[in-house]
Amino acid sequence: MALYRDEAIVLRTQKLGEADRIITVLSRRHGRIRAVARGVRRTSSRFGARLEPFSHVDLQLAEGRSLHVITQAESLDAMTMTIGADYPTYTAGTAMLEAADRLAGEDQEPAVQQFLLLVGGLRVLAGGERDPSLVLDAFLLRSLSVAGWAPSFEECARCGAPGPHRSFSASTGGVVCPACRPPGAAAPAPETVRLLSALLTGDWEAAGATDARTRRESSRLVAAYLAWHLERGLRSLTHVDR
Amino acid sequence: MYEGIVQDLIDELGRLPGVGPKGAQRIAFYLLDADPVDVKRLAEVLTEVKDKVRFCSTCGNVTEEEQCRVCRDPRRDPSVLCVVEESKDVVAIERTREYRGRYHVLGGAISPIDGVGPDQLRVRELMSRLSDGAVTEVILATDPNLEGEATATYLTRMLRPIGLRVTRLASGLPVGGDLEYADEVTLGRAFEGRRNVDD
Repeated sequence: MALYRDEAIVLRTQKLGEADRIITVLSRRHGRIRAVARGVRRTSSRFGARLEPFSHVDLQLAEGRSLHVITQAESLDAMTMTIGADYPTYTAGTAMLEAADRLAGEDQEPAVQQFLLLVGGLRVLAGGERDPSLVLDAFLLRSLSVAGWAPSFEECARCGAPGPHRSFSASTGGVVCPACRPPGAAAPAPETVRLLSALLTGDWEAAGATDARTRRESSRLVAAYLAWHLERGLRSLTHVDR
Repeated sequence: MYEGIVQDLIDELGRLPGVGPKGAQRIAFYLLDADPVDVKRLAEVLTEVKDKVRFCSTCGNVTEEEQCRVCRDPRRDPSVLCVVEESKDVVAIERTREYRGRYHVLGGAISPIDGVGPDQLRVRELMSRLSDGAVTEVILATDPNLEGEATATYLTRMLRPIGLRVTRLASGLPVGGDLEYADEVTLGRAFEGRRNVDD
């Protein structure tokens, strides 16, 4: 069995057999990997808490036929307990992991940008200085952009007419001008569109100055936009404690 | 493929957790060779367990009566409540013979990625159990993994306003382990929870 090393973020874990787990990670060079961690559920396991979701780890893996096997794990940044210690942060973080899992593409296909985005997003989340809900929405918008579904919040998503525009349509890909507006398009408040644009570009000063109502409306639009492109929404998004 | 009922048995056994097609076949042939009395007893236990076993109306533990053994026992301390994820955890804690209070079984841990939120667990039952003021301490004994920690965090937030003493099981180095192999999180926890040796 060929061995290889990679740096990765643990996305999710599933129980396997008596004491093992299947660990899904997003790695820097190999994209999404599903690997078995043997004996990880035993209290005497040498992996300990290193393979819990949110952990940033340096892994050594052995190639297997369908699942790879984790042979060694070293922590690079143990964000697990910082994120798990605050409920709103935990629920937002879980939604980020699920989104990364869904948007990373095929197994073993490199997704460097998604990886870097996730590492950055989780660090900000663990830092605890920004509203977890805003961090989640910013991550979702950028992750969708990296996956090739960048929304437009300035120009009309169909004809490119310069904005600002008042209507938003998830199926068209962002804000739309009155001429291109499809039936059933949402009409968000102008502040909401400005917040979405700030989240996408990383203007935290403008994003931080918004009120709760604007944030709720923008979260709803992000969820609708995500659900449209992923065909089914994220399960964890309904549990986010905003 | 085997004929009729043999294949049915293999298919049914193969649906059990951890049993693959080859394992199912091995168990099926073992049963065919086994003493009919033993097999009959197994079949009876299987039907009986589904008919008789239910969840305790107070704590949610598995029981054959309306209430489980711990909830019926008048010698157990009614002022301390230990919150666990599964019935298996009750058994694990009972084995220590250290704890004399009562339990509350949540039925899992908060895991949004699997679609499990507080509403899918027995959190509402816990809150209504605490409303009569008999309980003065709640011990959060959820698993020391991410989901368990998040569940404990959520419960702490709910329980604090009631003014109860809320405690969490200690976590740190396992007895019989080596310090050099401890991971950063566990070792960090052990430092956080260190205590005076002369107490």
